[in-house]
Amino acid sequence: MLKLLNITKYYNPGTVNEMCLFNNFNFVVNEGEFVSVVGSNGSGKTSMLNILCGSIPIDQGQIIINNVDISNIPEFKRQRKIGRVYQNPALGTCPNMTILENMSLADNKGKSWGLSRGTNKKRIDYYKDKLRSLNLGLEEKLDITVGSLSGGQRQALALLMITMTPIEFLILDEHTAALDPKTAELIMELTDQLVKDNNLTTIMVTHNLRYAVDYGNRLIMMHQGEIIVDKVGGDKKNLKIDDVLNKFTEISVELGN
Amino acid sequence: MLETIWMIFIGALEEGLVYAIMALGVYITYKILDFPDLSVDGTFPMGAAITATLITRGTSPLLTLIISFIIGALAGTLTGIIHVKCKVRDLLAGIIMMTALYSINLRITGGKANVPIFTKKTIFDYEFLKGIPEAIQPYTVSIVLFIIVIIMKLLLDLYLKTKSGYLLRAVGDNDTVVTSLAMDKGYVKIIGLAIANAFVGLSGSVYAQKSGYFDIYSGTGTMVMGLASVIIGINLFKRLTFVKATSAVIIGSVIYKICVAIAIAFGLETSDLKLITAALFLIILVVSNDRKRRAKNNA
Repeated sequence: MLKLLNITKYYNPGTVNEMCLFNNFNFVVNEGEFVSVVGSNGSGKTSMLNILCGSIPIDQGQIIINNVDISNIPEFKRQRKIGRVYQNPALGTCPNMTILENMSLADNKGKSWGLSRGTNKKRIDYYKDKLRSLNLGLEEKLDITVGSLSGGQRQALALLMITMTPIEFLILDEHTAALDPKTAELIMELTDQLVKDNNLTTIMVTHNLRYAVDYGNRLIMMHQGEIIVDKVGGDKKNLKIDDVLNKFTEISVELGN
Repeated sequence: MLETIWMIFIGALEEGLVYAIMALGVYITYKILDFPDLSVDGTFPMGAAITATLITRGTSPLLTLIISFIIGALAGTLTGIIHVKCKVRDLLAGIIMMTALYSINLRITGGKANVPIFTKKTIFDYEFLKGIPEAIQPYTVSIVLFIIVIIMKLLLDLYLKTKSGYLLRAVGDNDTVVTSLAMDKGYVKIIGLAIANAFVGLSGSVYAQKSGYFDIYSGTGTMVMGLASVIIGINLFKRLTFVKATSAVIIGSVIYKICVAIAIAFGLETSDLKLITAALFLIILVVSNDRKRRAKNNA
């Protein structure tokens, strides 16, 4: 269970550019939910993820994971339970390290980082099996650097790495936005598979309405720091892309666009 | 004539090997951590100051190497803390440390800007070294230096293959990944700076023992020299993947010193040394132009 309670966040406080993004914002994600988050630019989607992960501080409120208040816990410590995949495929992997080294890094999350060998040779077959499941042929390229892979391959690898050690929450920040349609499709299917296999509670921010409607079991739409649509279960299943699109148009008209 | 050239070459080789240890340290900060660490201009003479002072008091030369290594690590840790905990920019953190170390180095020597140890026993004067065959006896210094450099290189290579080493490489490559691994990237940077400055401190110790004195100004330009060695080495062997980066850096350091020796042989004064260093470095930078931008955390 993940809760954002009474979150207040101001950007540039005390200046003429002061902007209130969240004012008493509340959002609760139950265990096992896969929430798609849609909304126009500046609606607070990514800020919400940043607040959740600790990348930006909050002014007021509480962030609660499994009944523990993590509001004051630094970003890196929160990542023990949270895995995050970014829009930029370059952010999830180390470009100058080989695939094998990247896999070894991911495999060691939560363990000690002492002076033992970085790569456990006994695990190589396991890594290969994992990579084979991507169907990208990466298992044959263990010793090439990740920097020479394509964006889609890197994103697939990033997803694999983030779900290699047990996490409870998966945060997807427009993770298919920088990929071509076919690769995006592939990554989306892979995501769904990993979420199901690992039973992850997931929040996915996306601009792709079809993904938002097709995947997951809950959909929310954000607008100016508030949740204006929240569909769960059957409501979500019956939701059509056009419904979401109409809501978007409504908001735009409101704003005078 | 040929003999003179050979002597110049051996001189350059020795110097290159001494500075190669320092260059390995700069390799860690500049290439692996992506951190231009100027504190090396202070930690290099600090290693020399500690060594000269201890040797005058009769400490074993080998022990001074270890002490310089440890004190160098401490200085590096401080630079790291200034950068990470006090949130001072990388370049400025190094400058602060370098400036502070100038005074500290004078404290170490008891206020003397120059401490000669010509007559004292150094790592090059151990009894067993007399056992080296007559024919290669003149190269004793080179041999000793070579052994130290190789040991340090192998240690660094080994370290970079450990889990801790992987994390160090990851933090310079893409620190978002380190955060994703639930590790504190600041802490990893501090470790990297400690190791790098330990190498530089050791290099300073070897320098003092080889040249026979400590000089407070011996640190000026260390960083630029190290950078030059790293960039020469790495770019020269870029296409030869079987040459490890650490080996390339060592060769780069020797080549750099040979270039300087040639410049001096062609009539430039030793006082022009820093100018040569700066000019060479500029040329290298322009030619290689390798400061590629990394993927920054824009989340």
